[in-house]
Amino acid sequence: MSIDTIDLSLEIWRQKDSKATGNFETYALQNISTGMSFLEMLDVLNENLTRAGKDPVAFDHDCREGICGMCGAVINGVAHGPEPETTLCQLHMRHFKTGDTLVIEPFRSRAFPIRKDLITDRSALDRIIQAGGYVSVNTGGTPDGNTIPIPSATAELAMDAASCIGCGACVASCPNGAAMLFTGAKISQLCLLPQGQPERTERALAMVKAMDTEGFGNCTNERECEAVCPKGISIRNIARMNKEFVKATFFG
Amino acid sequence: MELNANIPSGPLAEKWDNHRFSSKLVNPANRRKYRIIVVGTGLAGASASATLAEQGYEVSTFCIQDSPRRAHSIAAQGGINAAKNYQNDGDSIQRLFYDTIKGGDFRSREANVYRLAQVSNNIIDQCVAQGVPFAREYGGTLANRSFGGAQVSRTFYARGQTGQQLLLGAYSALSRQIKNGKVTMHTRQEMMDLVLVDGKARGIVTRDIISGKLSSHSADAVILATGGYGNAYFLSTNAMASNVTAAWRAHKKGAGFANPCFVQIHPTCIPVHGHFQSKLTLMSESLRNDGRVWVPKKPGDSRRPGSIPEEERDYYLESKYPSFGNLVPRDVASRNAKEQCDEGKGVGTTNLAVYLDFAEAIQRDGKATILKKYGNLFQMYEKITASNPLHEPMMIYPAVHYTMGGLWVDYNLMTTIPGLFAIGECNFSDHGANRLGASALMQGLADGYFIVGTCIANYLGSNPLATVEASEQPFTEALKQVQANIARLLKSSEGGPEGKLTVDEIHKELGLLLWDHCGMARNKEGLEKALKELPLIQKKFWDTVYIPGTGEELNQSLERAGRLADFLEFAEIMIRDALAREESCGCHLREESQTEENEAKRDDAGYSHVSVWEHMGDGEEPTLHKEDLIFENVTPSQRSYK
Repeated sequence: MSIDTIDLSLEIWRQKDSKATGNFETYALQNISTGMSFLEMLDVLNENLTRAGKDPVAFDHDCREGICGMCGAVINGVAHGPEPETTLCQLHMRHFKTGDTLVIEPFRSRAFPIRKDLITDRSALDRIIQAGGYVSVNTGGTPDGNTIPIPSATAELAMDAASCIGCGACVASCPNGAAMLFTGAKISQLCLLPQGQPERTERALAMVKAMDTEGFGNCTNERECEAVCPKGISIRNIARMNKEFVKATFFG
Repeated sequence: MELNANIPSGPLAEKWDNHRFSSKLVNPANRRKYRIIVVGTGLAGASASATLAEQGYEVSTFCIQDSPRRAHSIAAQGGINAAKNYQNDGDSIQRLFYDTIKGGDFRSREANVYRLAQVSNNIIDQCVAQGVPFAREYGGTLANRSFGGAQVSRTFYARGQTGQQLLLGAYSALSRQIKNGKVTMHTRQEMMDLVLVDGKARGIVTRDIISGKLSSHSADAVILATGGYGNAYFLSTNAMASNVTAAWRAHKKGAGFANPCFVQIHPTCIPVHGHFQSKLTLMSESLRNDGRVWVPKKPGDSRRPGSIPEEERDYYLESKYPSFGNLVPRDVASRNAKEQCDEGKGVGTTNLAVYLDFAEAIQRDGKATILKKYGNLFQMYEKITASNPLHEPMMIYPAVHYTMGGLWVDYNLMTTIPGLFAIGECNFSDHGANRLGASALMQGLADGYFIVGTCIANYLGSNPLATVEASEQPFTEALKQVQANIARLLKSSEGGPEGKLTVDEIHKELGLLLWDHCGMARNKEGLEKALKELPLIQKKFWDTVYIPGTGEELNQSLERAGRLADFLEFAEIMIRDALAREESCGCHLREESQTEENEAKRDDAGYSHVSVWEHMGDGEEPTLHKEDLIFENVTPSQRSYK
């Protein structure tokens, strides 16, 4: 682990609350260790701002291990920053160099209202899951796990889709503000597995409808979502969702 | 404080069945009349919310994050245990029970642990039915792997994301009930206090993190599923928002706090590498299935690992513990890593690390097989450290991970406050002094899916409760108290930041105090010193902390300050508890209590009990009560993994 340090200029979106008008503020930051994570760099900035009597930058974060999906911001136009398959909390400062200017702004989408600075409200994604992103099974009385055999390759494919962390980067990077990678991943996971079959049709219709109700756009194959997804979710899941939706619409 | 564990009579294997039969029921038509509050949406909270709503209760669920799916259970990587014996390798409920009791160093309750082992099999079935994509064998059956502290393969897993997949399963069950209108979900809400009416838990006060608005919520019972308090140490593997506030507030209202000094130190974390570090990242313990732990034989050997020949490497776990080798339990692995580093054989820039080497496994099984098993963990490690474990061994060091202490609960998971239940990591009950791998997920889901429902029905069915509304006096009083606490936190910030300290600066100071004196190894002198220094840090906090902004807005500094205020109070019972326990137990080495071979020495005659602390008022010394642990089915023996 290197102990080099770099100096940076940060342009950060500041917005007091949902109603306020936001603007970019510029901050200079010196001696940032390249071993730091991006969020640790923001911690340092916030400690400096606090000591100077200024309002620290509000940002969402929790696990700082790249799994919870809570963090996320757009860095120089790219959701979660320049490294592929990396959440913001797992982006390290060694990928930047002295003199760089970093433009940091929240995930922007009509369906994700800004709450403060870099914090947005992504509860629309929860409501998509509530529309049908589950298998309706009550607790208890379920059959032995091995009575539902699933080929290893199918389980792996379902797992590929299930690894979505719901961060919303796909929405923020999509020119149409579509949540189809997120929704497609959940629909795919469940339609691949035998457990998901009974509600397959109903689920596809309900979840697609929920996306529309929340104000998300539609996919036009820009592939920006796949490019920024920190978990490498493939747009094949969108194709699978479209197929599920068409089948459900025409064949019930 | 009366500690009645309410353990059912009869043989161990029949206790839970007997108890379920003798527990009161609430008929389905009456359940909708009862309101239950669940705080937290991790494995325990989400599964309990979903299950109680399925049963027909009106559930209000609260979480601190923007979505219930973010709870820290997502971070568990390795797996979940169950006594399915799918591998035909001699596993059974009895063996899972025994391994868990032994792994916890005989400091947990027999009856609770046996019940945990019993329901473990239902958990797997439940999760499979929900569509959790567990790893499968080619024939389609569920795959298993082995884990620390066990000689059978009983761990079910979903790549390195088992916690996440199980949580998403519970979250989906919760989402279904939110859609059904049976769960009212409150996100971005922090529980600030517990409200008692006539001595019973009847509600909570919360703060909306976005607006700062305080509100009261009433119910017939309150379930806390708020996780552990490892962040008291500042650096830990816990998520940043994990805190002790809800449990501590309940404690101050009369709930006993059990074994607060039992904190698990996880052996395989990425080492600390700078003072700016905000948290530690855990590498799954499952890596020890194929990784070999070693250090250079010669202290101060600073060569690259590849240049150190085999004969100059010390595979200390394999030589010291031949039958368990690299799979010794977490406490043994952690303590030995510390010991090697203390002897000057640590590696890396700080010399506070040991190697976890996959070279032999890669040679034996090929890169593809190893990557299939651990690919995402390798990737995670490389992202953080810029070093690829395929080419160079990982560096690991122990870190604060899971807390085995928590609110004291009886067999019904009820605290010493009637109507207040604690489930998952926030109770103390199942893990003793040391938690084995893959058993936290098991406990969270066991409590939430399969146990708390019976206990809630029994409580509601046997206690007539008057209706209370959140507008009544005990609620308005609690609300006022919370307002006063927030005003007190902000007081020292008047007049600007000049000469003051930030919340994190003080938190780091507390963390160091606890790590140095109440960490992996403790002694009387150090603990007494810590007890003297703690009030100075507390005073520094109240006199000089600077918090920008107000309480009536989104204010992350204020949120952290409130949690730190509670950690600062809580630290006192942590230290007192460690001081009172003059034995080594689990991963808690009291330096005064060691065997001739420098292994931890338990003292069953003196300490075969749960230590339960009672809050006697602010500024008063807390009182220690003891629940004796009675072993009828296992004989406590010196743990040996040789």
